[in-house]
Amino acid sequence: MNAKVIVVTSGKGGVGKTTTTANMGAALAKLGEKVVVIDVDVGLRNLDVVMGLESRVVFDLIDVLEGKCRLSQALIRDKRVENLYLLPASQTRDKDALSPEAFKGAVRTLLDEEGFDRILIDSPAGIEGGFKTAAAPAEGALVVVNPEVSSVRDADRIIGLLEAQQVREIRLVINRLRPKMVASGNMLSEGDILEILGVKPIGVVPEDEGILVSTNIGEPAVLGKTRAGAAFMDTARRLRGEDVPYPKLDDGGGFMAALRRLFGGG
Amino acid sequence: MFNFLRGKRSKDELKDRLSLVIAYDRAQIPPGTVDALRRDLMEVVQRYFPIEGSNVDIEQRGETVVLVANIPLGGRGK
Repeated sequence: MNAKVIVVTSGKGGVGKTTTTANMGAALAKLGEKVVVIDVDVGLRNLDVVMGLESRVVFDLIDVLEGKCRLSQALIRDKRVENLYLLPASQTRDKDALSPEAFKGAVRTLLDEEGFDRILIDSPAGIEGGFKTAAAPAEGALVVVNPEVSSVRDADRIIGLLEAQQVREIRLVINRLRPKMVASGNMLSEGDILEILGVKPIGVVPEDEGILVSTNIGEPAVLGKTRAGAAFMDTARRLRGEDVPYPKLDDGGGFMAALRRLFGGG
Repeated sequence: MFNFLRGKRSKDELKDRLSLVIAYDRAQIPPGTVDALRRDLMEVVQRYFPIEGSNVDIEQRGETVVLVANIPLGGRGK
């Protein structure tokens, strides 16, 4: 994707927006980009805890916009990955404290003065003001979708709204896919979702208990060794324009999988 | 694994439902309105051509959502 400023969104809550933002941020930084992840969910911030940086929050985005601190003072540097920064949302204010214009200005400063290569914006759920503010400065979008009915429907709404806001590059991150259920015809495949939504996937992330463990300890999965982490890493490479094939997903176990491996099948 | 014994796979039904509901969402039409229109149309069609097998559906065609009426006007007669 050419977009430097990318909003991570979904419409529906609970599909993995924040996890995707944290992991894509960490993955892109690992690949050498200078990245800032911004939490725009004012009043319900979570990107800080998912990334394990909650104890270091002093100032937030609203403080910057209100002139209570300099932008560089609110940026939290992740010590585990070089060139990864977090700009937290305010937990005590409400959504009206953040205007789209002011937010656009802050993003511009991050690009022009702080020299970031990539800015990932973690959008709040929903299609109201919070989402619109998050999307305002974005040139591209990652729409996180789970292979189930409400998430796919909401993703279609969000895609329509993003197009209306002139967001040019829109890609899907299909999260929480269960390969076994896809194989048995009881879950939408990435091809089905492409067919329904007409938007290209850039990543397919399998359902993985490792994600919960990584959020428990506040370490993005791409820094460890999980299948979901590897899938996010692949997604980041594709985002950078690399041609990364999709590995054949299986549940990593099960009798049939073992049998297939035994006989040299996929 | 034995889905062919159980008939339709659940994801196929989900795909049909999603495609339809998304078409309504995109067109910003409440599905009930189209259903009422369908019933009225069918009533008129029946008045002129009392033949079974007519249907009225909405379909997604590229960027637009269209109402498609399929009304057989009789064949070679039975």
